[in-house]
Amino acid sequence: MHTFDIGRRDALRSGANFALVAAAISAGVLPTSAFADWNKAAFDAKSLNDVVKAFGGSSVDKSGDITITAPDIAENGAVVPIAIASKIPNTESIAILVEKNPNALAAQFDIPSGTEPNVGTRVKMGQSSNVFAVVKAGGKYYVATKEVKVTLGGCGG
Amino acid sequence: MADPMRIRAQLKDGGVTEVRVLMAHIMETGQRKDGSGKIVPAHHIQNVTATWNGKTVLTAQFGPAVSQNPVMNFSFKGGAKGDKVSVSWSDNKGDKRTDEATIS
Repeated sequence: MHTFDIGRRDALRSGANFALVAAAISAGVLPTSAFADWNKAAFDAKSLNDVVKAFGGSSVDKSGDITITAPDIAENGAVVPIAIASKIPNTESIAILVEKNPNALAAQFDIPSGTEPNVGTRVKMGQSSNVFAVVKAGGKYYVATKEVKVTLGGCGG
Repeated sequence: MADPMRIRAQLKDGGVTEVRVLMAHIMETGQRKDGSGKIVPAHHIQNVTATWNGKTVLTAQFGPAVSQNPVMNFSFKGGAKGDKVSVSWSDNKGDKRTDEATIS
């Protein structure tokens, strides 16, 4: 079991921001039908730890209950199919990260209750890299890793 | 206005509705340079929301690393044949698109 520590201050601060937004929504200030704000900080982050921090997490644990379905070798880095399934109870969100892309985070999915903790999409990969699946469940963050080798990069064209 | 999405929603055994979405979008990363060496500005989908009978069944945030013409597969419990599944996206230039499919 690995734990990556992130500053307690930062975790508290993002928690407070979330509380503000939640209060605004319940008070009817923000229309609930509007799209949630795009998490620019998370999409600008360069590493797994920074992304988890931008999500508001303080640490991330390795988990064997997350399955990443992706090719071992991707011939075309522009289109790498990736599916992630979580067996962790109360999975709230699933994120796909590519370690060696210019910005690690590719996509993040929020899973309301009633929706299966199982999503798939296609991502670009600049080079062979680890793919991380970050799952938030019960307020905690878990990660699984799979290496994908790329024969033709998906960036730069 | 962007091209329509292709959405398939199918009721599977066990009362689970499987949804497959194909969005038509260029998903420009902002990293690429054109012939004259200028950076092509980023243009990509940022937010995606899927609803069934007015209830949100999935929301997603996409970065530029999602492939061109993004695919999104997910499934949820409770759908019935004939119900509508609606998917909306918005991109970083303010363009948006909503399409609907009937569960079969």
